[in-house]
This record gives sequence, C-alpha cells and structure tokens, in this order.
Amino acid sequence: MNAENNFIIESSPHLHHPDSTARIMLDVIIALIPAGIWGIFVFGFRAVAVLAVSIIGAVLGEYLMNKVFKRFTLSDFTAVLTGLLVGYNMPPAVPLFIPFVASLFAIIIVKWTFGGLGNNWMNPALGGRLFVFFSWTGMMTKWSAPCTKAFPDAIGGASPLGFVKTGMMDFTGSVSGPVEYMHQQGYPLNGYMDLFLGNCSGCIGEVSALLLIIGGLYLLYRKVITWEIPVCYLVSFSLFIWIFGGLKFNGNLFTGDVLFNLLSGGLMLGAIFMATDMVTSPLTSKGQIIFGIGCGFLTFLIRVYGSFPEGVSLAIVLMNMVVPLIDKFSHPRVFGVEPAKKGAKK
Amino acid sequence: MKSLETFSKGGVHPGDNKALSNKIAIRSLGVKSTLIIPMSQHIGAPAECLVNVGDEVKEGMLIGKSAGFVSANIYCSAAGVVKEIKDIYLASGMKVKAVVIETSGEQEAVKYEESDWQQLSPKEIIDKVAAAGIVGMGGATFPVHVKYMVPPDAKVDALVINGVECEPYLTADHRLMLEKGEQLITGMRIIAKAIGAPRICIGIEENKPDAIKNLEELIAKNGGGIEVHPLMMKYPQGDEKQLLKAILNKEIPSGKLPIAIGGVVSNVGTVNAVYEAVVLNKPLYERVVTVTGRGVKNPGNFIIKVGTRVGDVIEECGGFTDDAVKLIMGGPMMGFTFCDLDTPVIKGTSGILVLSAAEAKKSTRTACLSCGRCLKACPTGLQPTKMFKKISMEKYADALKLNLLDCKECGCCAFVCPANIPLVQGFRLGKRMAPKPPKKG
Repeated sequence: MNAENNFIIESSPHLHHPDSTARIMLDVIIALIPAGIWGIFVFGFRAVAVLAVSIIGAVLGEYLMNKVFKRFTLSDFTAVLTGLLVGYNMPPAVPLFIPFVASLFAIIIVKWTFGGLGNNWMNPALGGRLFVFFSWTGMMTKWSAPCTKAFPDAIGGASPLGFVKTGMMDFTGSVSGPVEYMHQQGYPLNGYMDLFLGNCSGCIGEVSALLLIIGGLYLLYRKVITWEIPVCYLVSFSLFIWIFGGLKFNGNLFTGDVLFNLLSGGLMLGAIFMATDMVTSPLTSKGQIIFGIGCGFLTFLIRVYGSFPEGVSLAIVLMNMVVPLIDKFSHPRVFGVEPAKKGAKK
Repeated sequence: MKSLETFSKGGVHPGDNKALSNKIAIRSLGVKSTLIIPMSQHIGAPAECLVNVGDEVKEGMLIGKSAGFVSANIYCSAAGVVKEIKDIYLASGMKVKAVVIETSGEQEAVKYEESDWQQLSPKEIIDKVAAAGIVGMGGATFPVHVKYMVPPDAKVDALVINGVECEPYLTADHRLMLEKGEQLITGMRIIAKAIGAPRICIGIEENKPDAIKNLEELIAKNGGGIEVHPLMMKYPQGDEKQLLKAILNKEIPSGKLPIAIGGVVSNVGTVNAVYEAVVLNKPLYERVVTVTGRGVKNPGNFIIKVGTRVGDVIEECGGFTDDAVKLIMGGPMMGFTFCDLDTPVIKGTSGILVLSAAEAKKSTRTACLSCGRCLKACPTGLQPTKMFKKISMEKYADALKLNLLDCKECGCCAFVCPANIPLVQGFRLGKRMAPKPPKKG
C-alpha cells in the first residue's frame, strides 16, 4: 500500500467548465457598465451618489444577513449586482435614503427571507424598486433633464412615457401617435434617435437603449443569457403595441408606435437584464419563451391600459410568480420515452 | 460544408486535450517484475481462480475460468510464479480476489499465427470470443460474447463501431484506428458475421481527421461495405444511446438494450481484441492504454499487460510532475480516482490520467442559480437540479418519479454547473438509497 501521496479521491466528473456563479455575476456587471457611465454623464454627479448608496445598501444588507445565517456569500458578487440594478432603476434626483431602503428591502426581504441566493421567487432589485415606488411614488417619478439638452420649465424633466401618459389623460385634440403629441406640446425630443442613444430623461441606467443592447450582446456572447427571454419579450411587446397601441391616439388597429415604446422607459433594461435573472426565470428554453411572451403582454397591458406610464417592473414580477408553474409544464422529454399521448394524462 | 451528424439533445464540450498524446505511436510497455491480476475485471460473476501459490504460469495461460453465463475468462499476461493470492481494491472501489505473479522479467513474447476466420460459423466465432475472455473495452467491461448472442426474436440491422472516444484526453482508440486499421476492418467483418449484421457503421468524431481518412482509404482498398460516419465533437457521444441516435437516428427506449432498435455497438478496442482472438487465437491479456494528463511527465499510448501496477506505468512515463493532484483510471468525465499505486491495469482500463492542479480546478460551490444549464446539458432530458433537490431532502421516491434511473451518470450536469453542485454525484447516492422497484414476475 502506498500511502505517501495525497491524491484527491472524489466521484467523477473530474473536469469542470470554467464558469462560476461569481464569474456570471461579474459578466452581468461588466455588461451594465457602459449604460451606467452614460447615465452618470447625462445626469451628473448626483447619479454617482445614487449608484453608490444603492450598492452600499445592498452589500450592507447581504453582510447583515450573512451574520444572521452564519454564511459568507459576499464573494459571489450577487449583492453588488442587485445594488447596481436598484441604482439603475432610480431617477437621478431621488433623495438618497430611497435607494438605500430599496436595496435593503431587496436583499433582506426579497432575497434572504426566502433563503438567500437561488431561493427567492422575485427578482430582488425589482422587488426593492417596487417597494419604494409604491411607498414614495411622488419622489420616484420626479425626473431630471439630461445635461445634453434644455427642457422648457413647463415640462421640467418629465420622462417621455410619463409625459405622454399624463398628457393624454385630458387631451382632446387629435394626434397620430406619441411622438407627434410630444412635438405639439413642445417636448424637446429629436425623433427616435434621442431615445435610442439615451438623450432623454428617465432612470439612471435605462436611458440608453443602444448601450443596453451592447451589454446584452456581450451577455449573449458570454452565454450568460440566452436569446429566448429578451427576444420573446421584445417581440411580443412590439406585436401587442403595434396591434392595439394606436387605439388611444387615432382609434385604429395596427397603428401603434412600436419604436417609441421599445426605446423608451425601462424596457431594454428590463428585457435584457432583469427578466433574464436566472433565479427567477424558467429553466428550459420552452419555458423561457412562454415567460418572455408573458412579460411582453403584461408590459403592454400596464403601459397602455394601466394607470402607470411604466409597466416593466410589475410585468416581470408578475411573471416571476408563475415561473414554478411554467417549469412544471415545460420540462424536457426524457430520452427514449415517448411523449404521453393526448387524453392519456390524468 | 456538409453538417456533421451528432445526437440532438444535450451534451457538453470539454476541452479535448488529446494533443498531449495523439501523435505518440503505441509502444509496448514490456513485462514488469510484478503482475496483480484480478479475477473480476468484468460485469457479472467473478472468474474461478485456477492457480495456487507457487504454481508456475505462462503468458496466455488460463488462470481464471468464467463462472457463469455473464462472466469472462482471465488469462495470465506473462510467465512467472504465483506469489500470493489476495484481496485487492480496484480503482472503482470494488474489492476483488487477485493473483499476484512474480514474473521472470523481460521475456520473449509468445508468437501467434494468423488463421482463416472465413471458415468459422457465427457460433464458432462467438465461442472463440467467449474463450478469449473479451469484455467491452470502452470501460463498460460487459462480457462481449453475451452481447453477440442475439436473442432469436431480435433482428440486427447494423453493427455500429464506436470510434468516438468522446472522453477528453484519451487517445488509445485514435491510435488503434491509425496504426491497426486493417486489423480493425477484419475485426468488424468478423463481428458482423457473428451477429448477422447486414450493415456496418463506424462513428468517429471530427477531432480525429487522420483516423477518418485512414479508415476510409483502407475500407475502399478492402472491398468497401463499411460506412465511416464523421461525427460532430460532443460528449457523451460514445454512449450507446447517443451513438445510435447520431448514426441510425433512432432512440433506444428507456430501460432497453440497443438490440431493441436493431443495433449492436462495439468499441474499437473490443474490435481489436476480437480480431486477435479469432484470427490470431490470442486471448485478451493486454490492451492499449493512454497514459496522459499534465500531472505525468511523458504522456503516451502503450500496450500494457493486464495486471501491471499503475506505479510501474507512471515510472515508465517519467513519473509524476510536482503539481499532480489527481490520479484517475479511465477518462476525466467518468473515470475513477484512486491513490494506491499498486492498483493494476485491467481489461477495461482505457486510460490512466494524472491531472495537475490547474486541470482539476473547479468553481466555488454556491447555491443553485436555477440557470437551467444542467437541463440543457443532460443528454437524457432529465431535470438534474430538481432531482438533486429531492435527493438532498432524502425524498428518493420523488427522485425516481423524475426518471432518476434513466441517468447514465455521464457527468454533463456537474461539469456545466456554475455553482459546482455535485449533481451526478448526488444521483449515484440517490440510486443507492432509492427504494428498489418490485421485481417483475
């Protein structure tokens, strides 16, 4: 018997894919950086403070819960990511206690009361955002104008979606769509390009559709996310908007302004970074397609028929709730087992 | 470019690392001073030991007699004297009786003459295969003659030869296909005759273009009739189920054998052994083994006698490097770790792999992210994350309902898991702990 060596004894497999939880989270953070830098550029130092407070809140929450549960999970970067996402979902002028509360709520209530990473059923960052949104709605909808253009005083910094929604409530004139309405009312929007590049007001991290898409492509390249959720989300949303979105303006089907709706608000941030959260989305490709379509439909419903201008956070959280059900009915077929015939099911 | 065949569901792409040894020609490792020959190197009943301490033995002498329908003969691999008969542990952890032989050192190898196999009937071929003690050499070690005895109510459509070698690092089959192509072709024809297969296919992954080319040329020269199927690289394509799906595009029903869809699968190493047994009348007591990994100084492919100590093999390869951390019998995806250098090479040893610390690196374990990668990787279409949760809660019956028994333990799930959860390891436990199904009949 040779007992001098210290060879590891364990069950196979003996090789492992280089990806790890921390690496995945780091990739998402990397993918978010360009949009964040743009947010800081257009909204100034105030945005840095909001992001910093959000991250500090999340890391502090994670640290406290680590103490309580006697585990160490700070090194997986999930808390940093949650904090960053909370910050991205804040209006730049928000009082600093709000992102702090949102991050603490996200980590302590949404994530850890269910057992920490992997056990929460709701996207923590969205849970935190919704909590503060409904608690301090006024402060959460006070926008600031980007530094790149001047806004008339009467408009303030209103976000494109909010401006159209509030305005259309008691509007009696006739316009063909949101963009024409904004022109009529003197909102300084230079066509779709401003929305695409992020030359408009909104939450810190959501304004630049372009940079968010670039981040999404990076995640696809790194195989952190797959195409199903973002593509199905955006496509189903676009379809519903195209079919029914025009009803509010000129009363015709198939006249909705798809581009305006795709590029404004938190849709890109939500579809690429929030709905794709692994923990709170379905496991299989089939399930993810259903999930994406559901998110798109609910976002459309809330944006067009709801009382809020924005529906992304609520839509995703509502779909989070049905994920266990989707998973149950979208499991893969077992090799060598014929799919059960119709009617044979109990 | 024509897209290559492969299986449709799941699978992973670990780095193949075959460049460490795929250019190195096979050479004989020779006879070492001690041989430790286990009496059970196969699935089924252990062979009955025919020798006693002090007996003189010769190369090619029967020392273990097949002890049942599913069992296999064991032959002595070199001349010497039986020093001891004792229980040892194989790399798999199985405790078996073994004959320890002190050899007379370097000796002249026994010469075998070619004989005409064409005269043999299918039954005579199978008898010769059974007598030679041949088992599945891809690692399954199922006695091959049992597999070749096709049940009377079954029909063989195709003999499918497994030249996939989908386990990373291993190159023994690759070298065989390059160096012993003609023998292999004859071996395939012999097996096809024995089982009555009208069609012969061989599947080879695209990372072995030289082997594909070599066999295609030799087959053309040899009268054709054998289809070479280049396959896309994907683990676990060497599994019977995945291989038949890739080549015949048929699924073996859950719980059934390949014959259920008219297929019989044999590994390249097995074909070589069949050739030697039937044409040369040489029993199985040595095989080609890849010794590789960055934990061993000089990797290579060797003909190694069954019973040779792993310690002697490693010494022949220049010894361990300083950062060797894992010693594995077989490939890195399904092989067994061990630490005893007295562990012998057996009939099913396709490789001896020594991994360096960098190669054996795994991610930090975290909670499950529900990323779904294990579901996408599973070639069987199982839900590893769900099954693992059931097993960790000791709900074994629930895990069975999720088709736990269909898991072939290929390890794709644990390989891809970013949270490094020991999924397949848990399933092995689950299978042991699960309530046994009531016996039929």
